[in-house]
Amino acid sequence: MASLIGLYSLFFGLCSSFLIIFFSIKNFRNFLNFDSKILSLTFLQFFFVVVSFLGLIISFINSDFSNETVYNHSHTTKPLFYKISGTWGNHEGSLLLWLLVLTLFLFLFLLKSKEQSKKYRILTLFFQQIIIIGFFIFLLKTSNPFSYIFPTPAEGLGLNPILQDPALAIHPPILYLGYVGSSIIFSSTLAAATLNKINKEWATHIKKWVLLSWVFLTLGILLGSIWAYYELGWGGFWFWDPVENVSLMPWLALTTLLHCLLVLEKRFLLTSWVVILSISTFTLSMCGTFLVRSGILNSVHTFANDPERGLFILIFLFSLIFLSLFIFFFFHKFENKNMNQLFWLSKETSILINNWFMMYFLTVVLIGTIYPIFLEVISSEKISVGPPFYHKLIIPFLIPFLFMMAIGPKLKWIKSDMLIKKRLIVLFLISFLLSFLLVIKLNKDILINSILLTFAFYLFFVSLRDFFIKKKLSLPQNFAHFGFSLLILSILFNNILSKEIITNLKVGEIYKSEKFEINFENIGQVEKKNFKEIIGKFIIKDSEDNIEILNPGLRIYNQPNIVTSEADIKVNLFEDKFMTMNYVPNQDYFNIRYQIKPFMIWIWFSVLLITFGGIMSVFKKRYEN
Amino acid sequence: MKIKTFPLFLVIIFLIIFVIFYKGLNNSNIYTPETNLKKNIPYFKVKTFDSEKLIESDEIFKNDKFYLINIWASWCVPCRDEHPFLVDLNKKKGLEIVGLNYKDNKKNAKIFLDDLGNPYDIILMDQDGTISIEWGAYGVPETFLIYNKKIIKKVIGPLDSKKVFEINELVK
Amino acid sequence: MKYLKYIIILLILSTINLSFADEHETQLQNEITKNLRCLICQGQSIYDSDSQFANSLKILVEKKLSEGLSEKEIYEYFENKYGEWILYDPKFNKNTYFLWLLPILMFLLGGVILFKLFIIKKN
Repeated sequence: MASLIGLYSLFFGLCSSFLIIFFSIKNFRNFLNFDSKILSLTFLQFFFVVVSFLGLIISFINSDFSNETVYNHSHTTKPLFYKISGTWGNHEGSLLLWLLVLTLFLFLFLLKSKEQSKKYRILTLFFQQIIIIGFFIFLLKTSNPFSYIFPTPAEGLGLNPILQDPALAIHPPILYLGYVGSSIIFSSTLAAATLNKINKEWATHIKKWVLLSWVFLTLGILLGSIWAYYELGWGGFWFWDPVENVSLMPWLALTTLLHCLLVLEKRFLLTSWVVILSISTFTLSMCGTFLVRSGILNSVHTFANDPERGLFILIFLFSLIFLSLFIFFFFHKFENKNMNQLFWLSKETSILINNWFMMYFLTVVLIGTIYPIFLEVISSEKISVGPPFYHKLIIPFLIPFLFMMAIGPKLKWIKSDMLIKKRLIVLFLISFLLSFLLVIKLNKDILINSILLTFAFYLFFVSLRDFFIKKKLSLPQNFAHFGFSLLILSILFNNILSKEIITNLKVGEIYKSEKFEINFENIGQVEKKNFKEIIGKFIIKDSEDNIEILNPGLRIYNQPNIVTSEADIKVNLFEDKFMTMNYVPNQDYFNIRYQIKPFMIWIWFSVLLITFGGIMSVFKKRYEN
Repeated sequence: MKIKTFPLFLVIIFLIIFVIFYKGLNNSNIYTPETNLKKNIPYFKVKTFDSEKLIESDEIFKNDKFYLINIWASWCVPCRDEHPFLVDLNKKKGLEIVGLNYKDNKKNAKIFLDDLGNPYDIILMDQDGTISIEWGAYGVPETFLIYNKKIIKKVIGPLDSKKVFEINELVK
Repeated sequence: MKYLKYIIILLILSTINLSFADEHETQLQNEITKNLRCLICQGQSIYDSDSQFANSLKILVEKKLSEGLSEKEIYEYFENKYGEWILYDPKFNKNTYFLWLLPILMFLLGGVILFKLFIIKKN
């Protein structure tokens, strides 16, 4: 029943799209004021999608297995929470979520843009509707979440156990708010470009939306990363996996766009560049969806895939690209004269240089992700592009990038003087000395580590100092930059200081090394509704006789029947102790992995700081004068 | 003029990308490795299943015969399916079947052979799976046909009647 | 003010309890297995995976290291067996010229565009 309502609701939603387009064309030509009918219709469409989404959730809650999506991804023994989160833990449901966010953002946009011109609002609405219709058709044609199966199966197939996790339950909605949020940026940029309205006022108006999706995207990536850290069970938090890269690319584009908008807002420069960035942000989100959903890539987090879906998104994606190219070249007016106003030592320049680096990082990630596909098609040879590639190409460039991040905010708009401030030099020397000492004491490769540390510390000190000294400083910017320096520092130290032991242990055995003693005391068993768990008890003693007890587990899920290993993590301010236990077939021992991961919590915290900077500027009216 | 050529250039680039993605979609995602044919067989030392004596690989493949090395395990389900084919192949003259018992429990392996028959002329034990890696294998089951110390055919996954036919053709 | 900073530095340096990497060899082994792809998994490295294949490979890497093979030799050994797909660090050869050079080229291109902005201004 709920499924049926959901399905009809989807059809109505699609119909309202056509109504909206009809009315907006009429309104665009005829009337002076924005027709309030359109707003109501947009709300109606949003309402239909909500009903449809609720229908799917209810089907999941009731374990209505006559619905194919529910049958494939749910099971009666699952806890309610995971029944609900299962709604968007699969391809069909997550697309419905996309659609929900698309319509939600459009509705909010119309509500919040009342002071904008009628033509601009209608055109934005029009472009957004194109995207919405595309997704409606995609959903109904290739991935209908309400497919009916008869006879009704008695039991569902269950949700993939690694998705049965609280962080991963909220990760997709938040990530999609970021991904899909960029659609409204895309639509309104196209609208503004068509009307030749890319100007300071527009920059101020669109900045909020950019910030909003940026905040959600950052949080979404953070959640995904935390999830990978404790659930995938090997203590890493970023693998340069294609799916992660795909979320990083729009993030990089959005971050660049955010900085560019500042220049546009202040100086009325870089209009074309802003248009290009806005277009590429959403295009990259779509491209990511294509890469993940079509199964063209090999990844840890692949969705169930189907070439037909891939083809649809591919065609849709390229139609959007060509549409935006068309608008960009035929409607958008290029500015020429304005560029002459740039002075080499100014805030604009520093932002431009930062843009330059961001674009470079984006290129590295993009090429690294899709190059294997190209090579395979062209020469049918298969290669892997993994972390070493990204590290080699990104880390050296991080050094000047960090430096610009520290110096840039110090410069003035339009024209800065060459006055080299003593304090900045002193801070630099201190950072250098500090990193040099640390690296020597740590007995690590001196050159690259100490240089990188120096610049990370430099940004750290400079932005830390700004919190106390500057009076009319831009607090959000400072939070974000400070957070970034903290992030780089934590990752560096985490990398340098991580320790680990991998060994095979039987119950009752003790592993000894110079630093640790691991005592595998016993195992117990726990039975839950949806899984059985074998829990090991390990007593770890370090050289100073500190004792830590860790209880990693092995979960045997009943539906589907999959064994996962559950890490036990003792979180601490300075270091996480991380232990996993793995099942080895046909042996009486377990494979034990014990890791000490310093500053993990600082990595999460610094990303939160960065996000906090973003949130602050969402709420601040005009934070910079 | 410049304004005109540049968009055209972009459109062409995007069209190329489109075509490549389109072709990529149709490529299967399952990696089929180029068979390392005509490669010399690896050298290794290994324990035999029966006597647990160390034996060198040169000693096993010393004769002027065809050898079929089959990686199997009692816990591997497809191995059960392909086992009758191996029993059949065992009747062929001039072909010696070498079993490589992969990460198995000896007791279970024995039960497996008692149940389904023992097609192997000699069984080697690969306790930690490293010998299979030496052969460039991915898992169980996997089968290599060897002649003159060279791999001449490789089958990934279980044998079926078509593959057995191909092997028979080669051995002739 | 300056003094305060130095004191902070000293404090930081003295509080961090520094310990070195456990054993050089396991470190190297981890390093190597991180750069090998688990061919039967979905985009995981040997180090990250717990599949049968990956576990055997870990043991083999350990064995090869104790036999005295260098990191490079081990990569070559596996490349020989399984092809280039197993290496996460793509080599620089005719297949990968574009992979390695295109990002750098784009960077230079960006630099040229930026540079031009300021040159035009002067004229």
